[in-house]
Amino acid sequence: MAKTLYDKVWQAHIIDQLGEDSLIYIDRHLIHEVTSPQAFAGLNEKGRKVRRPDRTVGTMDHSISTRSLAIDACGPQNALQLNTLARNCEEHGIQLFPVGHQKQGIVHVMGPELGLIQPGMTVVCGDSHTATHGAFGALAFGIGTSQVEHVLATQTLKQSRAKSMLINVNGKLPIGITAKDIILAIIGKIGHAGATGHVIEYAGEAIRGLSMEERMTVCNMSIEAGAKAGLVAPDETTFAYLKDREYAPKGKDWDDAVAYWKTLYTEEGAEFDTVVELQAADIAPQVTWGTNPGQVIGVDTPVPAPEDFSDPIEKESAVKALGYMGLKPGEKLADVAVNHVFIGSCTNGRIEDLRAAAHIAKNGKVADSVTAIVVPGSGNVKRQAEAEGLDKIFEEAGFEWRLPGCSMCLGMNDDKLVSGDRCASTSNRNFEGRQGRGARTHLVSPAMAAAAAITGRFADVRDFQE
Amino acid sequence: MSEQGFIQHTGIAAPLDQANVDTDQIIPKQFLTGVTRAGYGKHLFHDWRYLDLEEKEPNPEFSLNKPEHKGASILLARENFGCGSSREHAPWALADFGFKTVIATSFADIFYGNCINNQLVPVALPSSEMDKLFTAVEDNPAIQITVDLPAQTVTFDGVSVSFDIAEHHKNNLIKGLDAIGQTLELTETIKAFEAKQPAWL
Repeated sequence: MAKTLYDKVWQAHIIDQLGEDSLIYIDRHLIHEVTSPQAFAGLNEKGRKVRRPDRTVGTMDHSISTRSLAIDACGPQNALQLNTLARNCEEHGIQLFPVGHQKQGIVHVMGPELGLIQPGMTVVCGDSHTATHGAFGALAFGIGTSQVEHVLATQTLKQSRAKSMLINVNGKLPIGITAKDIILAIIGKIGHAGATGHVIEYAGEAIRGLSMEERMTVCNMSIEAGAKAGLVAPDETTFAYLKDREYAPKGKDWDDAVAYWKTLYTEEGAEFDTVVELQAADIAPQVTWGTNPGQVIGVDTPVPAPEDFSDPIEKESAVKALGYMGLKPGEKLADVAVNHVFIGSCTNGRIEDLRAAAHIAKNGKVADSVTAIVVPGSGNVKRQAEAEGLDKIFEEAGFEWRLPGCSMCLGMNDDKLVSGDRCASTSNRNFEGRQGRGARTHLVSPAMAAAAAITGRFADVRDFQE
Repeated sequence: MSEQGFIQHTGIAAPLDQANVDTDQIIPKQFLTGVTRAGYGKHLFHDWRYLDLEEKEPNPEFSLNKPEHKGASILLARENFGCGSSREHAPWALADFGFKTVIATSFADIFYGNCINNQLVPVALPSSEMDKLFTAVEDNPAIQITVDLPAQTVTFDGVSVSFDIAEHHKNNLIKGLDAIGQTLELTETIKAFEAKQPAWL
């Protein structure tokens, strides 16, 4: 029977069949300060060791300040958590990239850029945006802390096979439309829980044409459609990205690896449980209007009314979301004023994202009514951006240029909004209170965020194209 | 991880009649800086439950604060409960508050797995059955609801409704097993698998 990419990676990692569950091997385990302390405490209580410290890599990202390198910059609680990670990594022989290290960064930015993530791997992390790494054709998914402990102790997980979903994005992307718009349009189409229980494979001409960084943006938000993971089959774009990266195979190992990676594709005639088709030409720059990422529209579409939804639950959700967001049905997004802009996160904190934002920022100034911050996803992204002079473009336009970290994506640090603030954000979640209690988050692409900073409202980035 | 099993539970319910309740709502980010599994219950549903940041003024409109739902050990919700962040602090907070089970139309995958690993029983019922349950609790908040895991039933008003749960999840909840200990017994099999992995990994 013809196999999907997911079948191939899944089957290659089955150690044992345990009733309905499979015991699968985990090739790479990424850890950070927020979801690992209780896992290490559990190990220590039982006197258990980390089975493969060499397959485990840690970084600090969520609880840190992006204004200061001081470990206690966000208070003693955050410092305790960060110091606990450092101690656990030290005691168990795990490589850690702490605050201030060149290779430190958001776990889903620094991991790929070091070459730690390769096609056909299984990758886990105690973070739902682990789906990011599916961009390499790796089976990557977020896990809870009990599972982090299980992986630390055994390098395995008990898992059931998920259903499969193929999402084809056909045709070429129009000018001004980005990977962020693709994934938001997909979530808008299938819904916030539309892929629950599924592993998605993204395919089609528009996906094939994306860079690795863009593919990471798409896969990153698979969880926002409820998916277990998202995958893109590896190809020459993938191999070119990985070649010569620090942790990528070298010499003969490289040749052997590439030969294997080339077998990782969905075979002709393989069947999926669900197939979704989108036309790239139909995608406009996306802006979320509600309080989950499925509540999204093109920037040129009026804010919907609850009556537009036939499903009673969606209707009820729309009433609540419009109330929280302070929006009226029929309102034009171009008339909605923002007072904060956040450019960064594991979705859009990579170098190409910063280039796209800088391209818009270089021709304008941040509006007086707006506070705008740019937070590179890693030390390496920051250095690269500075080498290209992007930091100067941002600063001259009135954006703050920060240190790497998760920052305002979730506000577990000193970047939070207050009630009533309205933010154009390149992050991944517009949940109530996500960026601060009572604050309103609109998810957009980096270019749309930069345009919002300059105009103080949701401008259509297509009007900025030269 | 708890090692006590769950067989049956009877209690009163608190209704949370909305879809897509995400884990940021269940336990907001400012409470994730802990390094232990304990003490998250007091911050459960912080933004909805309290009118102030200091948690001194309970919101009288919120289900959990209503006197008729005091002591609830069963939470009712709608579809896609527990979506978003993988934070296990969400089931820790629900369990620490006193919930033994969450009955909802559907659950997000990671949250569901986290519940299984924390002896918090996730029960998924069809939308029509959830409607009846919400109505029953609205009509009589003191109504006793029983979740029987071996029988896979929810019983209220003398009526039993069946629910699906994977056999291995059910067994783990009933027996309260140490999952890591079980896997460590397979160490030789894991070693044999590792020996066959390619050199570049």
